[in-house]
Amino acid sequence: MGAATTTVPRAQPHHPDPNENYLKAERGIMSWLVTLDHKRIGIMYLISVILAFAVGGAFALGVRLELFSRGRTIMDADQYNRAFTLHGVVMVFLFIIPSIPAALGNFILPIQLGAKDVAFPRLNLMSYYIYVFGACFALYSMVNGAVDTGWTFYTPYSMRTASSVIPMVLGAFIMGFSSILTGVNFLVTVHKLRAPGQTWTKLPLFIWGLYSTSIIQVLATPVLAITLLLLCLERFLGLGIFDPKLGGDPVLFQHFFWFYSHPAVYIMIVPGMAVVNEIIATFTRRAIVGYMFVAMSSLALALLGFLVWGHHLFVSGMSEYATMVFSGLTFLVAIPSGVKVFNWVATLYKGSIRLESPMLYALSFIFLFTIGGLTGLFLGMLAIDVHLHDTYFVVAHFHYVMVGGTVMGFVGGLHYWWPKMTGKLYSEGMAKVAWFLVFIGFNVTFIAQFIMGSRGMPRRYYDYLPEFEIFHKVSTIGSWILGAGFLTMLAMFIISLKSGAKSTRNPWGSAALEWQTPTPPPLANFIKVPTITRGPYDYHLATEEELSEQ
Amino acid sequence: MVSPDNFQLPEQLSTGAAEVDDLYMFVYWFSLIFTAIIVAVMIYCIVKFRRRPGVKAEPVGHNLVMELVWTFGPVVFIAILFHLGFKVYVHNAVAQEGAMEIRARGRQWLWEFQYPNGSTATNELKLPVGKPVKFIISSDDVLHSFYVPGARLKRDAVPGMYTNITFTPTKLGPMQVFCAEYCGTSHSGMLAMIEVMTPEAFQKFLDEGDKPPAGTSPEEYGATLYKKNACNTCHSVDGSKMPGPTWKGLWGKQEQMADGSTVQVDENYVKESILKPQAKIAAGFTTTQMPPFTLKDPQIDAIIAYMKTLK
Ligand code: HEM
Ligand SMILES: [Cu+2]
Repeated sequence: MGAATTTVPRAQPHHPDPNENYLKAERGIMSWLVTLDHKRIGIMYLISVILAFAVGGAFALGVRLELFSRGRTIMDADQYNRAFTLHGVVMVFLFIIPSIPAALGNFILPIQLGAKDVAFPRLNLMSYYIYVFGACFALYSMVNGAVDTGWTFYTPYSMRTASSVIPMVLGAFIMGFSSILTGVNFLVTVHKLRAPGQTWTKLPLFIWGLYSTSIIQVLATPVLAITLLLLCLERFLGLGIFDPKLGGDPVLFQHFFWFYSHPAVYIMIVPGMAVVNEIIATFTRRAIVGYMFVAMSSLALALLGFLVWGHHLFVSGMSEYATMVFSGLTFLVAIPSGVKVFNWVATLYKGSIRLESPMLYALSFIFLFTIGGLTGLFLGMLAIDVHLHDTYFVVAHFHYVMVGGTVMGFVGGLHYWWPKMTGKLYSEGMAKVAWFLVFIGFNVTFIAQFIMGSRGMPRRYYDYLPEFEIFHKVSTIGSWILGAGFLTMLAMFIISLKSGAKSTRNPWGSAALEWQTPTPPPLANFIKVPTITRGPYDYHLATEEELSEQ
Repeated sequence: MVSPDNFQLPEQLSTGAAEVDDLYMFVYWFSLIFTAIIVAVMIYCIVKFRRRPGVKAEPVGHNLVMELVWTFGPVVFIAILFHLGFKVYVHNAVAQEGAMEIRARGRQWLWEFQYPNGSTATNELKLPVGKPVKFIISSDDVLHSFYVPGARLKRDAVPGMYTNITFTPTKLGPMQVFCAEYCGTSHSGMLAMIEVMTPEAFQKFLDEGDKPPAGTSPEEYGATLYKKNACNTCHSVDGSKMPGPTWKGLWGKQEQMADGSTVQVDENYVKESILKPQAKIAAGFTTTQMPPFTLKDPQIDAIIAYMKTLK
């Protein structure tokens, strides 16, 4: 945000004009670092998660490059094991969990509610700094031997490895608090700060998604915190909870870990779905079909997410009865997922569709998430999972959901709200080129992994048998296309910041509330407190003036 | 392992594999058709309902029946999937009467097998075709997972408990075994091979034990033993850094020990290091990771012969 930080900070205490553009209301680097404005905090999160994505992406490209050919390509086994671990840790804890809720959500959620800010602005700033503090621990671990346990930290390996496990685990522990506080803040904001007339049935589906996500963040994260703390205590004090040498049970760790981390995959995907709702409504000029069903399916995912952790343990030596129960519960997840897909597609029918870049990402989301969800059916079927577990099939499955889903949602949302956040337009042509590269690159990378996985290629392997070489080569080439796509996108956004044309109030002609306030929004979000008289997607009730793109 | 009839799955080498594959293909075709329909409808809408001047989107009505159908309709389908998956799973989990029990112990980074008669082998197991076998799986250190793609089975090796899998090999020839649960540096080197043979050949093998293949020199035999016993997961032969000392240039060297003494690397030192690895530890290698190996003299001699070639 170079533009906002160039002028001299004012010396005397002052009260910035609430009606001034939030980027200009206050100046100087300090006005950003100690800001209580949810929009600026959102932007700081945005910059941080994009940096994290770049770091995680660099590790991913390194991992893929190493696997381009058999034997040593660019690194040795220990370096490889660190590279895939850091890729996972950075992508999960530093990027994907805060990506949509903390970055886009912080910016958009209060505006969509018609509120001036979140309920607890200071807590919001504190969440950000807790995240940064946790990230520092992770960085410290990275330069200090790093971690080679996989992002899952499974015991007893994580007890014995000489790598820098404790700082990394403490980093994840600390970042968990940031996640909890953001969740609490959003929950209270949604309950307490809705503008007059903003009833629960008029809430944008983005809010319903973030509301559901917040519930998971608040309820599940403490379990991760306790688990990671126990891990540290065991490593420091030899407590004997997870390590069989000390009388502990390594499978217990897996139960604890997935009791958080399975709900956490819904912390990742539900916000992605939430963004897609907004984009589809705007680019079809139509309300999402089955509004209440879609809203409730987010809540259903949030709740079901707590009941299926055991599907990560089907071959871990868990009892056959538990296996049966978890398999049955896992399938229930398919229902709310299906509800979303069906309703999105039904929304397209008889809409007025424009294929601009945010919409391309939203449609990609539907397609890729469908594949991610359907491959989940293979894994939910016990007999098939026994074969596929811990192979590249699982790797491809969760990338279709997390990259094909969440990242597409995040990137789509970033395109969609970019003009609102920065006041600038971007080059649509370049955005489409980037989308094309990302879409092709992603599928090439991961379809190859589905095939090698079902043919038996285990995951987390530094080296592989000759029969898998062709699939690894294709996958690595796909990763380069994918990388090129993201670099193009980055360049496009930088050009937009430097020399993008000024955006109008409502460049997409959307009926949603956040597009009714000036672009970029004033410090107080609205010039006067809005009164909500229609739903965010009621195009037939919106006035010509509201929908005007000028 | 390439089977011409199915691109997506490895060759079926056990009695249970075909059933798993049928399920897989069932879900696969379902998924493919489902995805095709979704994509077709999407493309149809994008083309048919693209934005045109003067044409407005039709406001969304309420269609409760449709919502209820696609919310609760799939329940029937997933119930069927659950049932099929569980049925085959249980079928594959129950050992047949009279299954031969083989112990499979995972250890960083090798698999040790033990036959019912007590003899052991590292990373190489021989099994008779058509006879059910039950693996009793355990681990000496961290988590591993015993994965036999040809049988579509895997089960974690968990320290402190026994787990098991069971199957009946149906085809003569090799069956690949992987370690499927990440276990540290040489996880990807933790491979084993099951050699499925006729019951007669298997009986003969049990009676006679392992012998060097005819016509190989001691050096060549040593090189195969280096791989077979998984020495290669900890000792490099090209000088690169691994958990154990490299063998390159090791022979005849004055090796510094952790306790400060020096030792000449000769026959006695090598033999002791194989049979009792903990007796003398080289400096810089404080982690006492190497397990004792029960090799016979001809095998140790072959390894020494091989080591001598690594200048
Ligand atoms: C229809 C919906 C889904 C079903 C039926 C499903 C099913 C499964 C099953 C059974 C596994 C365990 C596979 C194994 O480890 O062998 C699995 C793994 C995984 N799933 Fe899904 N899933 C679904 C959606 C999702 C979503 C929405 C996400 C995340 C946003 C997700 C992320 C993951 C991850 C990260 C793993 C692997 C974790 C690991 O082992 O490292 N899945 N899924
Ligand atoms: Cu292993």
